[in-house]
Amino acid sequence: MADVIWVYAELSDERCTPTTLEMLTKAAEVGKAEAVLLGPAPDDATQTLANYGASKIYRSADAVYRDYLTLPAAETVAGLIQQHNPAVMLFASSYTGRDIVANLSARLDCGAISDVGDFVLKDGSVETTIPALGASYQNTSTLVSQGTKLMLVRPKAFEAKTNEQPLSVEEVGGATAEALRTVHMKERVAVKREGPQLEGAKTIISGGRGLKGEENFAMLKELADVLGGAVGATRAAVDAGWVPYAMQIGQTGKTVKPDLYIACGISGAVQHLSGMKTSKFIISINKDAEAPIFQYSDFGVVGDVFKVVPQLTEEIKKRKGA
Amino acid sequence: MNIVVCGKVIPASSVTIEIDSNTKRMVRKGVTHELDPAAASAVEEGLRLTEKHGGTVVLITMGISDVTIGIRNALAMGASSAVHILDDAVAGSDTLGTAKLLAAAIKKQPFDLVICATESSDSYSGIVPGQIAHLLGVPPVTFAKEIAIDGSKITIKRQSESGYDIVESMLPALVAVSSGINEPRYPQLKGIMAAKKKEIKVYTAADLGLATDQVGEKGAREKVLTIGRPPKRQAGKVVTDEGEGGKQIADFLAEIKVI
Repeated sequence: MADVIWVYAELSDERCTPTTLEMLTKAAEVGKAEAVLLGPAPDDATQTLANYGASKIYRSADAVYRDYLTLPAAETVAGLIQQHNPAVMLFASSYTGRDIVANLSARLDCGAISDVGDFVLKDGSVETTIPALGASYQNTSTLVSQGTKLMLVRPKAFEAKTNEQPLSVEEVGGATAEALRTVHMKERVAVKREGPQLEGAKTIISGGRGLKGEENFAMLKELADVLGGAVGATRAAVDAGWVPYAMQIGQTGKTVKPDLYIACGISGAVQHLSGMKTSKFIISINKDAEAPIFQYSDFGVVGDVFKVVPQLTEEIKKRKGA
Repeated sequence: MNIVVCGKVIPASSVTIEIDSNTKRMVRKGVTHELDPAAASAVEEGLRLTEKHGGTVVLITMGISDVTIGIRNALAMGASSAVHILDDAVAGSDTLGTAKLLAAAIKKQPFDLVICATESSDSYSGIVPGQIAHLLGVPPVTFAKEIAIDGSKITIKRQSESGYDIVESMLPALVAVSSGINEPRYPQLKGIMAAKKKEIKVYTAADLGLATDQVGEKGAREKVLTIGRPPKRQAGKVVTDEGEGGKQIADFLAEIKVI
């Protein structure tokens, strides 16, 4: 019998998140994929999950999962795991995913593996690949605890493909205990972002500490405009308050995989590299010839970003006009 | 208000990390250590809250004897005392083993609020704070980019994919702060001198009531099978700008058919 692999389904802007669908695709490839979907969701959410490989969906539309963080979802998932004992449960390496896995791993006393880039199942045990991070060493790890193996999966680790299954939904009980309602979600505030979104952008122009200030991001925006791309940033630029967090690429920001990534004034700290190094082509401009980013670049220019970037923008305009 | 900060002291950013091929762990002994910048932000946040609401900050850390330098740094910033979990038997602990040890040490202190960094800068798993919260039985208030306390209520701005959420909970609670929540202060000479006299309590796993098969290598659910340098991406061409750098990039873009 195929191993049963569960995926914790997450929604963003009323839609299943890309990572949810990526994980389902992978789960259906290596076993029998099932999903858990908690909280209010649009009517077509369960159908979307089935379209990407979920042969069964455990579902509760209770608002408690939306209005209170972590604990109601962890309580319900823990109950379902104990009842059905899937081989593996996958969660996105997102805010919600990390919170629920942290709680579940302590509650079930089973541990968990973070930052999974790939995994294989062998006779009930699991072997995961954790792409190089932090100390820039790549490792393979396993979980030796009994029972369901919990994993946090990196965004874009797998490619989402449709794999339509008949829709099968099982309603599950809401988490009712008062003690679970302790972390109250009062309000969601969307910070307005201008221009194309980083997620899904084919071209990304990114700026780091070398840009020296907020005002210089306009120069990147001009280059992004002529290439039809989006603008991103490093943690240093975000921490300095030059651009909003929504633009942060890297381990504690977004993971992106565009066709073209142009790094401007970025040294290439591990924190940043882990969020963009699987881009198809990487071009970098930095005044320091020793900057690590050059080791990851297909083409690099050692020079002043304030000279090279405007010249590049002009040159593209000229060639496109020709 | 009694605040406990959990933070890690890690090999300094200037250190080239080596891996011990036997234990498959980072070599920590004998290398220069520093208070993890993420932990320094957690300490800073604790100090700011006590400056506003009164109380003290106690730092709890776990690590080999080389980490004392980082503990002293937190004490010099203004933490009033520290707890150091120091025991060869805890080496090789996975996230849950680490959380069990920290939670047991926290329970020995009076606390209204536990502050953790969201993740350490050397291993990035990001789940230890939530595990500690469960073991302590307090609400996990995570990914905080701003904290306000009003009586026994804590309200945070929680980082979200599309902006931030306003999240509220009651104390006692555990809050995990995101990087960039503040700019940690540099210790002043007075603080550095005072730090020398501050108490660092040392605990072993046994002191914390944890059997050695629950923590460390033996208790770890997560086992590293292999570890190594990833295949390097083939570095491409690097040129020095002599006035034509932008045009040379445009040539490359034409070569890969972007323009």
